[in-house]
Amino acid sequence: MNSVRNVLAIAGKELRGYFASPMGYILIGLFALLFGAFFRVYLTGFAEQSQRMAMGGGGTINVNEYLIRGVLHNVAIIILFVMPLVTMRTYAEEKRSGTMELLLTSPITDLEIIVGKFLGAMGLFTAMLLVTAIDIAILFRLGNPELKPVLAGYLGLLLLGGCFLSVGLFLSSLTKNQIVAGVMTFAVFLMLWIINWFADSVGPTGRVIVGFLSITEHLDDFTKGIIDTKHLVYYLSFITFGLFLTAKSVDSERWRG
Amino acid sequence: MIEVQHVSKRYGRVTAVDDVSFRVERGEILGFLGPNGAGKTTTMRILTGYMPATEGKAVVAGFDVFANPLDAKRRTGYLPETPPLYPDMTVREYLDFVSRIKGVPPAERKSRVTSVMQQTHVADMADRHCSKLSKGYRQRVGLAQALIHNPEVLILDEPTAGLDPKQIIETRQLIRSLAGNHTIVLSTHILPEVAQTCQRVVIINKGRVVAVDTPENLTARLTGAETMFVQLDALGAEAGPVLAAIPGVTRVVAADSGGGFEVESEHGTDIRRQLAKTIVNRGWGLLELRPMRMSLEEIFLQVTTDETAAAEAARPDAAPEGDSTEEAPRE
Repeated sequence: MNSVRNVLAIAGKELRGYFASPMGYILIGLFALLFGAFFRVYLTGFAEQSQRMAMGGGGTINVNEYLIRGVLHNVAIIILFVMPLVTMRTYAEEKRSGTMELLLTSPITDLEIIVGKFLGAMGLFTAMLLVTAIDIAILFRLGNPELKPVLAGYLGLLLLGGCFLSVGLFLSSLTKNQIVAGVMTFAVFLMLWIINWFADSVGPTGRVIVGFLSITEHLDDFTKGIIDTKHLVYYLSFITFGLFLTAKSVDSERWRG
Repeated sequence: MIEVQHVSKRYGRVTAVDDVSFRVERGEILGFLGPNGAGKTTTMRILTGYMPATEGKAVVAGFDVFANPLDAKRRTGYLPETPPLYPDMTVREYLDFVSRIKGVPPAERKSRVTSVMQQTHVADMADRHCSKLSKGYRQRVGLAQALIHNPEVLILDEPTAGLDPKQIIETRQLIRSLAGNHTIVLSTHILPEVAQTCQRVVIINKGRVVAVDTPENLTARLTGAETMFVQLDALGAEAGPVLAAIPGVTRVVAADSGGGFEVESEHGTDIRRQLAKTIVNRGWGLLELRPMRMSLEEIFLQVTTDETAAAEAARPDAAPEGDSTEEAPRE
């Protein structure tokens, strides 16, 4: 009960922090813009394709399969670019300005602080995703896509974002410098993303391992509308591991002074 | 209320705090005095649970800060060297946030925020962003933050740094008024501040405690109008017992082997005439007679620059008997 209150206090502070500066608005705007751009590209492609099919006589293409799935896949890439901006200040800024001293001398645990910060960042990310729902809503207004794959896809994105956030939080806790934190985070995300490009060159066993490590690979089933426990477990354990590393980093900082 | 037992803190091979022990009784104000880099901030950070000690034990309000950090932290208010403000929050928002993480019950939050703002004279800036505050206001909002949960123990790292003279006086008054209900440890390198605010002083240098006492005793112990320095010529080298026999003299210490003596007398008696007369009657040459007055500054300088005294004081057990009396920490 007390824990929940502490976590919410931190999460609320984080979330307010994003919107007290232009940062939160810029991030949401940027995300909406990029999402909109991808959406438009796929929509145009979809329109042309279905026209051609209609002229060719018969057959339709699935709006979920062709349009929404494609867009959501690309969103993963937008997240890759935007997320370092969300997490880079979380710890680095507290350490630089000395407010870390306030947090660590308050009657709250490290874990409450970490989870609070994570939830705050998740709150911002959820707001970013909600804005993109406008585009999807237009589709529902004009066509009749299936709802379930869309929801599953968004759940996947939320989990994927959570993974990025937990890693970003950890990397931010390593330094006092926001920029260093941001660049490191971006580098690590990029690696997690491109790792499956090497899948073909590492042999059959390697391919399985690499495929499992690749963070975006696990999004695929979600965008098809399948919520597989395997992927859920993957994402949730990834997030837990990231938060665990953050906890270790904060604790070791304390000993080193 | 606060008990520090043989606390040491090492960073790699650097020792920041070396076997520090002291106690603070309930309702007392303890001054923590020392040059920059002496280990004041490190000691305070250990007391507040910000960092663990390498060795030793610190108990605050009955709770070991390492074993029961949350219980200890709940009873401690801490003003770090730089006030830990969030630039994009207003003063009121900031204090509300702090009240939440310090565990102030929801129903009392609003009234606590209002009352600490009044106590620290920041109410007129309640809706100003912390980034727009002057140094003096930042410092006082920091103090307000430390008071928000009405803690039993207050740890203040240089609470008057950056304030103007009027604010300094107000802050000292505030701190004094808080004693009694709160136990306070404050660090400073402004010496008159200690004399004016604190009941007891811990002088720390190079990570070691070199003196623990009341400001008055520290002054009187080493010094004061009651001690005379007498320099006799070589003939008077054995004059000690004779000087000690003069009415009013309580103690005579040979300052060197060449006829210098420190003559202590009872408070309020002037022994100068008697002293001079005795010496002249004996036919010794009186080369110098002067009162030994030392300000707190001089004591501070003496205590913090005299390394051998510091070493002996920090390890009273290791020191041979002799003149380590004035620096030995005592209860």
